[in-house]
Amino acid sequence: MHVDMNTFYASVEQAEHPKLRGKPVVVAGKEELRHGIVLTKSQEAKAYGIKTAEALWEARAKCPGLVVLPPDYPLYKKYSALARDIYYQYTDLVEPFGLDENWLDLTGSIHLHGGQPRVVAEEISERIRAELGVTVSIGISWNKIFAKFGSDFEKPDAITEITRENYQDIVWNSPVGELLYVGHATERKLAAYNVRTIGDLAHASDAYLKRRFGTIGLMLRTFARGEDATPVKAYDPARKDVERTVKSYGNGLTAPHDIFTASDAKALIYLLSESVAQRLREDGMRARTIAIGVRDGEDLTSYTRQTKLPYATAATRDVARTAWTLVLANERFDGTRPIRGLHVRATDLVAASEPEQLSLFESKRDIALRLDFTIDELRRRFGNLCIQRGAELVDEALLGVDIKGENTVHPVGYLHS
Amino acid sequence: MKGIESRKKRYVDVVALHREDGSVRPLSIVWEDGRRFKVDRILDTRRAASLKVGGTGVRFLVRIRDRDTFLFYENPRWFVEEKVRAGEAR
Repeated sequence: MHVDMNTFYASVEQAEHPKLRGKPVVVAGKEELRHGIVLTKSQEAKAYGIKTAEALWEARAKCPGLVVLPPDYPLYKKYSALARDIYYQYTDLVEPFGLDENWLDLTGSIHLHGGQPRVVAEEISERIRAELGVTVSIGISWNKIFAKFGSDFEKPDAITEITRENYQDIVWNSPVGELLYVGHATERKLAAYNVRTIGDLAHASDAYLKRRFGTIGLMLRTFARGEDATPVKAYDPARKDVERTVKSYGNGLTAPHDIFTASDAKALIYLLSESVAQRLREDGMRARTIAIGVRDGEDLTSYTRQTKLPYATAATRDVARTAWTLVLANERFDGTRPIRGLHVRATDLVAASEPEQLSLFESKRDIALRLDFTIDELRRRFGNLCIQRGAELVDEALLGVDIKGENTVHPVGYLHS
Repeated sequence: MKGIESRKKRYVDVVALHREDGSVRPLSIVWEDGRRFKVDRILDTRRAASLKVGGTGVRFLVRIRDRDTFLFYENPRWFVEEKVRAGEAR
């Protein structure tokens, strides 16, 4: 199910200020800063032919008496969060797509609400109207792409069901540009081969799509056929927010002196890994991909390497061992190439609360994790330096370095500068 | 309603009981002139948008001296839908 809050910024303003209801309203950037374009328009403004991203003077020309408001983002965030609070009462699988759109996966919870998606959609729609004073349009389908299509199909304040029975009539007859991720450029390219509707795209051949668009072409055809199986990603309602979608955790450090030996490098890798893993655990996340960055001591060039784990982890042991293996695979430590700095990054994140495929052969991981949590607790009470790893003690210069406390380097800036 | 031309959003002082379990119960409303209106009963509590004056919050339907009125908890502020009488300046 995809829920889209109609003309979001303008609707929120109208909900908040009754005097604006029924009037053509646009929310626009500041004209003085040359940001004077329309961000959202109310239904009434839409009737005048005002379009999103239009310049304000154009909009005013179309509609004398247009009400122009500056954006009030804290207010929109509040409404966005309140709406998500409602969605969370129907499922824990809510994936925000900007402030005003969300995917809800009701597969597992629908029977708790009577088993009828349309009835649940009506209830959500009704509650948003009563509790927030704005309207939503909802698309219901078995995959995210068609659900999104459904919420766009009819608006405002509508519910569209795309079923296995009707999708060929509704979706396939629509212009291909209405499919998610088909922009103007793609649309033009497709039109050159007479692919004009979503149905045309669904029937396009492998060879043509591959030649013209690469793997993306096949992906789009999967979308068009309703075969997209991307799951709705769960966000932890307590701490995750749309404006704060963390993609990776990274720590890097330029060593107090250039590193020549493997044991010094290992000490630093462990130190960094520990901080990264600790932050993962604090935020209730696990990572599936571990990356390292190495900066050369001579010419200051750097490179990165990464590897994917067969499981997602937040254990220091796993992060450190993986990172160290990556370093060993790329550095010789024969004294010719000193290392100036190292960087450890964990990406490909999943929530720690997500279920995990257990392995028959790897059982020590939860022991390592429990040890880590104990260490975390000790550090929380007595400071980050109260307990340290043997590997880290080898290099005396690193003894007093508290990576997590003092040095939370932003991942991107460090190696790509 | 006779004599009432419109309503406006009026933030008010509220004496409330914040319970151990996190629930909130308004006890009385203090008007700007110092008059105190005791909330005699809470008839309904729900999250709702104010259709009359705009905004959203937890809406208490409260009974004060045999009159029922809405009191909104916008967290952290409280507001009522104040009556503006015909002829009064807005």
